[in-house]
Amino acid sequence: MLEIHSLGKVYGSGERATHAIGDVSFSVDERELVCVVGPSGCGKTTLLKCAAGLMRPTSGEILLRGQAVTSPPEEMALVFQEYSRSLMPWTSVRNNVLLPLRHKDLTRAERARLVEEAVEAVGLTRFLDRYPWELSGGMQQRVAIARALAYQPSILLMDEPFASVDAQTRADLEDLVLQLRDEFDVTILFVTHDIDESVYLSDRVVVLTHAPTEVKEVVHVDLPGARDQIETKELAEFARLRAHVYRLIKREQTEEAGTSPGGRGEPLTAIDGGSGVSVEEDRSLPETADRTRRG
Amino acid sequence: MSPRARTATKVGLELAVPVLLLVAWQLWSVSNDDPKFPRLSSILVEFRHMWLFSQFHEQVLPSLERIAAGFTIGVVAGVALGVPIGLFRWSRIWATPHIEWWRNMPPPALLPITVILLHSIGDRQKIGFIGFFCLFPVLLNTIDGVRGIEPTLMETARSYGVSWWEAVRRIVLPGALPQIIAGMRTSLSLAVITMVLAEYFSSTNGVGYVLLISKNTFQLTPMWATIVLIGALGYGLNLLFALWERRVLAWHRGWRATTAE
Repeated sequence: MLEIHSLGKVYGSGERATHAIGDVSFSVDERELVCVVGPSGCGKTTLLKCAAGLMRPTSGEILLRGQAVTSPPEEMALVFQEYSRSLMPWTSVRNNVLLPLRHKDLTRAERARLVEEAVEAVGLTRFLDRYPWELSGGMQQRVAIARALAYQPSILLMDEPFASVDAQTRADLEDLVLQLRDEFDVTILFVTHDIDESVYLSDRVVVLTHAPTEVKEVVHVDLPGARDQIETKELAEFARLRAHVYRLIKREQTEEAGTSPGGRGEPLTAIDGGSGVSVEEDRSLPETADRTRRG
Repeated sequence: MSPRARTATKVGLELAVPVLLLVAWQLWSVSNDDPKFPRLSSILVEFRHMWLFSQFHEQVLPSLERIAAGFTIGVVAGVALGVPIGLFRWSRIWATPHIEWWRNMPPPALLPITVILLHSIGDRQKIGFIGFFCLFPVLLNTIDGVRGIEPTLMETARSYGVSWWEAVRRIVLPGALPQIIAGMRTSLSLAVITMVLAEYFSSTNGVGYVLLISKNTFQLTPMWATIVLIGALGYGLNLLFALWERRVLAWHRGWRATTAE
């Protein structure tokens, strides 16, 4: 559905040029939830802004259903990390969610219905006529999610959406995202710096290298059953995947700190159009002894 | 202290100093008996005689109308110019020298030229003159307010395909409103100042005209009564404005209180 082809982004030019993104390729399939993780400062947000059509890449291209993305596509919605800044403080939750619908070709009643459905889906019906700043951080992010859903996107891009909420709220919001994905039938590209979160949410995790960013590995997450904050995280498979992603990123960080610029150690795993090497094929991983569920 | 008692104390404090000053004025003017400083009691009698309300319709209403028209023109023009100038860097580069040039111009310096340029010594000239000087505080504050709009909010609007005009209406204007209103407040007092000035310079009615006539006929008590009226006018307009601002910017106080933490 969403294909990113050898995306590159350079800020500035000449000697002062910063190569934020080197060469990134991966794809997101219909109804898939793909998380992008990487060491801090690896250009995750830049990548997402390019994918959202808010920023022009220096090289490469982004295709949404085969169409090149050059400006924000209509079937795409974006949720930012800074909920308090992406909501309008001068108007109600209702009007905030209504904002992207005003220019859509809908009747008044249809707009009102979409707003109310989306707000209900995130469990904030009681707060429709409150100002966003009257709500807690987690609730404000729910408003931002409701606004994205009301827009009726087929793909949702989320930029570290839960980075500034507390752990408990974060867990609730993660489950909300999984639930909404089924309910609203959306594809999700989710950027995070939290490894647990990425493994918990994803069908696949795209692990990035440090800048100039490339795809280090695409990890397939094949966890059984519906995700559950307690049970899923108890699975040996979860622990193994988490450790694997963690090692990949840690290796990146030590490489960046330890080596001279230019030489970046071992060559990267070859990626072909996003269907990367799955963890199962990676022989370097230690087998985890306990593969059964400790319910 | 109950909220009511607290309000009463606040109003009492606000009134205490002016009342004391007025009492002092009265005592001093009685003992002094200087025609330049008439007794407060005489001024107040004159005030009632002139402004409550025998000449109100004839002299005060025209002045209020000029203030209203000039102020409105200044605010509308200030916002209309300030939004694009605030949004586009190139227009700021182009506009800043012009704004800096005119905004430091003392109003009296432009009085004669407005008469010539507007072919008028009547309302057109006065309203134009008031409007011109009301423009700058609103313009500068609008530019600042628009520049201060949260970029994430504009990016959000862009990602949802919100049109430029819709973004101006739904995000830029309400977002800049607290600053615009701060500018309007300054403009309102400028409107009173420039109104008196314009009427004093050339007029056949209005508060400034009464001042001029009183001066020319050496009638000091009516002049003082008129000064009291102008003060009351400015005070009253500001009070009305503050009440309106409280309502319109209720969200802003609440929001600031939450972000200040």
